[in-house]
Amino acid sequence: MILISTLVNGVLLGGFYALLGLGLSLTFGIMRTVNLAHGDLVVLASFLALAIADYIGLSPIASSLLLVPFMFALGYALQSVVLNRRLKDGMMPAVIITFGLAFVIQNGLLITFSADRAVLRQGAIETAGITLMPGLTIGLLPVVTFAVVLLLLGGLHLLFTRTLIGRAFRATSDDTQIAALMGIDPKHIYALAMGLACSIIAVTGILTGMRSNFSAFDGPIRLIFAFEVIIIGGMGSLYGVLAGGIILGLAQTIGGAINPTWFQLAGHVATLAVLMVRPSGLFPATIDRN
Amino acid sequence: MVRNLLLAAAGITLLSLPLWGTAFMQRSVVEFLYFLTLAIAWNVMAGYAGLVSIGQQAFVGIGAYALVVFSEDLGINPFLTIPLAALVAVAAALPASWVLFRLRGAYFAVATWVVAEVFRLLVNASIDWLGGGRGRAVRGLMQFDRHLREDITYYVALGLAGLTLFGAIWLLRSGTGLGLMALRDSESGAESVGVKTKRTKRTVYLFAAAAAGAAGALIYIMQVNVRPDAAFSINWAAYVIFIVVIGGIGTIEGPIIGTLIFLVLREALSDLEGWSMLIFGIVAIAMMLFAPRGVWGLIADRWPGGGLFPIRRTMPERLKAKE
Repeated sequence: MILISTLVNGVLLGGFYALLGLGLSLTFGIMRTVNLAHGDLVVLASFLALAIADYIGLSPIASSLLLVPFMFALGYALQSVVLNRRLKDGMMPAVIITFGLAFVIQNGLLITFSADRAVLRQGAIETAGITLMPGLTIGLLPVVTFAVVLLLLGGLHLLFTRTLIGRAFRATSDDTQIAALMGIDPKHIYALAMGLACSIIAVTGILTGMRSNFSAFDGPIRLIFAFEVIIIGGMGSLYGVLAGGIILGLAQTIGGAINPTWFQLAGHVATLAVLMVRPSGLFPATIDRN
Repeated sequence: MVRNLLLAAAGITLLSLPLWGTAFMQRSVVEFLYFLTLAIAWNVMAGYAGLVSIGQQAFVGIGAYALVVFSEDLGINPFLTIPLAALVAVAAALPASWVLFRLRGAYFAVATWVVAEVFRLLVNASIDWLGGGRGRAVRGLMQFDRHLREDITYYVALGLAGLTLFGAIWLLRSGTGLGLMALRDSESGAESVGVKTKRTKRTVYLFAAAAAGAAGALIYIMQVNVRPDAAFSINWAAYVIFIVVIGGIGTIEGPIIGTLIFLVLREALSDLEGWSMLIFGIVAIAMMLFAPRGVWGLIADRWPGGGLFPIRRTMPERLKAKE
């Protein structure tokens, strides 16, 4: 029974990690740059949802109506005003700019919201559980998160395969220069992709903020988990994100069940093990252009 | 001529400082020297080999714990553990490089951080031996008189920074350095003209690990208490990246100027907790956008041919005319 509940909880935890990795996978897959501020943007979204709840009185889930468009605009602006300026100089400028941004967000949050841990309250859903069989109860929130991940993955799949803008995303990802020759403006596409990634980050921030408490300096650990998800899953692959999340979640819960201090360590070791065997992840969908 | 006079003046000032300087000055210079050591090491990797690591704190932490184990558990003189810390860092960097060198660019960057986290968590889990999250103190330092300890620390820091600086210059002027710069410009191009890319990168990576390991032991000779969260803190990487970005990536002079600016800025902002790191972040972003070659880049544009430590090979004048 302990075995089954460990596995079920590992898979559900994987849903959270897949959500965390999804936004990062988009920026990685389309722009080929890593956003080192990804985790801090997630924490920023959690704090903004908290502020919306405190000052406007919207519940965390309802706050997404304001937060998703706001984060889209923020992402669009970040890419078009800042990151697009240094596209031609390889990946180093983006790495350093987003690294600087991470420290700006962390300390901005520290100054605005203090160093205390905060939590998004959402009434019954937090503690509600579903009993699958005697002795095995799973939380409602992890199940909802898992459903949200599946919905987002399905939506993105449709976007990439069925729409003109999705085709433009893929074309720009595959070959920026030829896409530009075909009349696509890569800078606009990149900004849209960052906006989309930040919209997903808004949802991620709300759901992770409801799941566990958060503080200004939680961004880096969120980034590491997100990064491990896409390293395991493979760059650019939507289903790799789900697989990567589940593998990371399982590795952590199994490691933690053996020895509580091994929880994070087991996830890192699993990631490095995948790297040793398959440096581009399990299901890579895009090639490394470098 | 001016260059040699400047270098000689700087050398004499630094060497004689314990004779005339205050204890505060001496401590500040030691801090300058260990940040400089870390910055030069990171810059050789990132600026010349394109290996942007955000995980150099792995080696600072390993150096710090090498200090604890060698001096506390094995009774070796704390100052003699510094070269041993460099060796331990190299021994840890070698297997890490097998995993990391399968990755490129941004993947490499974040994976270096994962490796550093693995070391931090391993030390955190070692409660019996390394003290776990609470860490351990370096008591072996108490055998020295305070003034003697500070003077030895000073000269050790000076020696380490000097060794790293001239090691970097020597490395960059050697064949390895030529290979490095070719590699930075085009990895496949360098390979096609016979540069052993993996070996070249590994040489630089191990050099940087050794410097960071030695600096880690030195830093914790100053700070005495070693805790995993502090010794393996990403802030070590962050400070060093800010230093090099402000000073100028891919130059020898950049880290020197960057470390000076960093320490002055940090001192000026020391009362504003939170704001100082926020301002460093903004400065790094602004430098990357408006002066990607740093303060030294701006100076070098104005006075070409200058520089304290020329490492660039320039084309002879007679060949330039034909271009």
